[in-house]
Amino acid sequence: MIASSTPPFAIFFAGVLVVLLTRGWWRNAVLLAIPVIGGINILGLDHGSFWNFSLFGQALTLVRVDKLSLLFGYLFHIAAFIGIVYALHVRDPVQQVAALLYAGGALGAVFAGDLVVLFVFWEILAVSSVFLIWARRTERSYAAGMRYLIVQVLSGVLLLAGLLVRVHETGSLAFGAIGLGGLGAWLIFFAFGIKCAFPALHNWLTDAYPEATPTGTVFLSAFTTKVAVYALARGYPGTELLVYIGAVMTMFPIFYAVIENDLRRVLAYSMINQIGFMVCGIGIGTEMAINGAVSHAFNDVIFKGLLFMSMGAVLFRTGKMNGSDLGGLYKSMPLTTGLCIVGAASISAFPLFSGFVSKSMVMVAALDQGHPIVWLALLFASAGVFHHAGIKIPFFAFFAHDSGIRTQEAPWNMLLAMGLAAALCIFNGSFPWVLYSLLPFPVNYAPFDGSHVLAQAQLLFFSALAFCWLKLSGIYPPELRSVNIDAEWSYRKAAPVMIGFLRRQYEALSTLVSATVERVLERLLVVIFHYHGPQGLLARTWPIGGGAVLVLAMLGGFLLIYFI
Amino acid sequence: MDDKPGEKKHVFDDPRNIRTLLRVFYVLCILLAVLDVVYHRHIGYAWETLVGFSLEGIPGFYAIYGFVACVLLVLIAKEIRKVLMRDEDYYDDRK
Repeated sequence: MIASSTPPFAIFFAGVLVVLLTRGWWRNAVLLAIPVIGGINILGLDHGSFWNFSLFGQALTLVRVDKLSLLFGYLFHIAAFIGIVYALHVRDPVQQVAALLYAGGALGAVFAGDLVVLFVFWEILAVSSVFLIWARRTERSYAAGMRYLIVQVLSGVLLLAGLLVRVHETGSLAFGAIGLGGLGAWLIFFAFGIKCAFPALHNWLTDAYPEATPTGTVFLSAFTTKVAVYALARGYPGTELLVYIGAVMTMFPIFYAVIENDLRRVLAYSMINQIGFMVCGIGIGTEMAINGAVSHAFNDVIFKGLLFMSMGAVLFRTGKMNGSDLGGLYKSMPLTTGLCIVGAASISAFPLFSGFVSKSMVMVAALDQGHPIVWLALLFASAGVFHHAGIKIPFFAFFAHDSGIRTQEAPWNMLLAMGLAAALCIFNGSFPWVLYSLLPFPVNYAPFDGSHVLAQAQLLFFSALAFCWLKLSGIYPPELRSVNIDAEWSYRKAAPVMIGFLRRQYEALSTLVSATVERVLERLLVVIFHYHGPQGLLARTWPIGGGAVLVLAMLGGFLLIYFI
Repeated sequence: MDDKPGEKKHVFDDPRNIRTLLRVFYVLCILLAVLDVVYHRHIGYAWETLVGFSLEGIPGFYAIYGFVACVLLVLIAKEIRKVLMRDEDYYDDRK
């Protein structure tokens, strides 16, 4: 044990108490200090397993430090700091506490030394983050938050079931390479897959993230899915199935992103697309592919955060988020526009911006490992991501037709946060060697090679040319107020309709049954009344003599029968 | 453009500026296409062993692929819209 260090999550959890005891600017100072102190703390961590303890006869490890967990540790501290700066104007203690617990939970999960500790932080992530959605305090956000929570808890339950089965199967709780052998491994795979937004398990993300508060979405986009990417990189590197899952994830969301109107939902779809590159890299599993996957996770948190921040600023100032309602905002928010474009260039992997130096490692690895079709899919997705995230987001929010909205520039703290993120995007894109030195494996890749730069520039410029042509010729689909059906249809429409149908059938049946029973009982009552009622045959009073005559007749009958 | 009266003119309020921007962009596209002929891009060595010829080596491969991919993306998305698009309150009416 190292005396000078604290478990990374503990600083955030302890910070919550201090935050609740302070007010005003003191609280802001404490909020800012937490990720700074946390960052200094993890710089002092040595590699190894710490804070080992024993529970119910199982040896558990609270903190495991190696290059992979440290990279995500640094990333989450940076993301938390930027997010806190962005949310400095917020006076809502619910959001402040939820954000700290959420960031702490994410740190706990990436430093978790075994599956039990991972499970505990997995659930903390779910329960703390939902308050960032509910904090919007609308009926829609309440419902979306509920659906989000149900899916997240389901992921936790699968993880718990998986680790229990696994302990039974292998006797080990270790959180290392798991691989797809045995029921326990599959359960854990699906638990990770839900949080990672695998195809058909992805709708919690596109459903809930656009319903959160402007600042809440920035935190949400940083942690949950990246914890899942970390967990996959730890547990399932080189699992071939992930190559194909990842390729599908890069492809299908871009079609939705093109026709989606809510710009934060466009970003949510584009997030699945970017996670697809990481999942694919993890599936390929070579040193270069894993390096590409985790460095892309690092860059994605920053540039996707930047894009969500710029859209959050628009939502904060205008109260609108639909492409059909926005446009021309560059006139009122020129700085936000510029910062958004930096984020757009980074996600599109322009040379000298961050996406360029990380995504291409996954693509080169895909080709080297003999996946030309997957490579073509990834290249298609690269062109597509530029199309919907790189062009569509800034174009429809800040340019396009003038919506007539005149507002103010984003508040200074939002601009500062976006500025920090934009600086990191450019720094990582221009000086990738710093990021490369933090990756789990030694990097043997030179991104700024003439062929690569030229190829990427051609891909992007001609994608933009396609956009220009489609837009000028009027083929480009207009932004429309609409909802597009996705896998969520199964539980948001089909299931309620089905349940409603079944309920109506049940009600009809139960009315029929109860009516029939009632009728039968009524008949019975009439019969009973007939014989036993006041005038009934069996309720009448009979004279004694009559009884004697009856007995006489009966005895006579007996006599007759015996005689015969 | 429905500009507020008395508001200062912004860059893209003048259609001439948009035209200039587009022209610069077209020139850059042409330049990149020419560079593909002049500059010898080296090709990922895996191509020959994988598919027998180098897809990447086709002149202008990336430019064509980027353009075609985006046009296809939008055309397919438009078709998808016919199937998947519903009213904004599709999920809200609970009857």
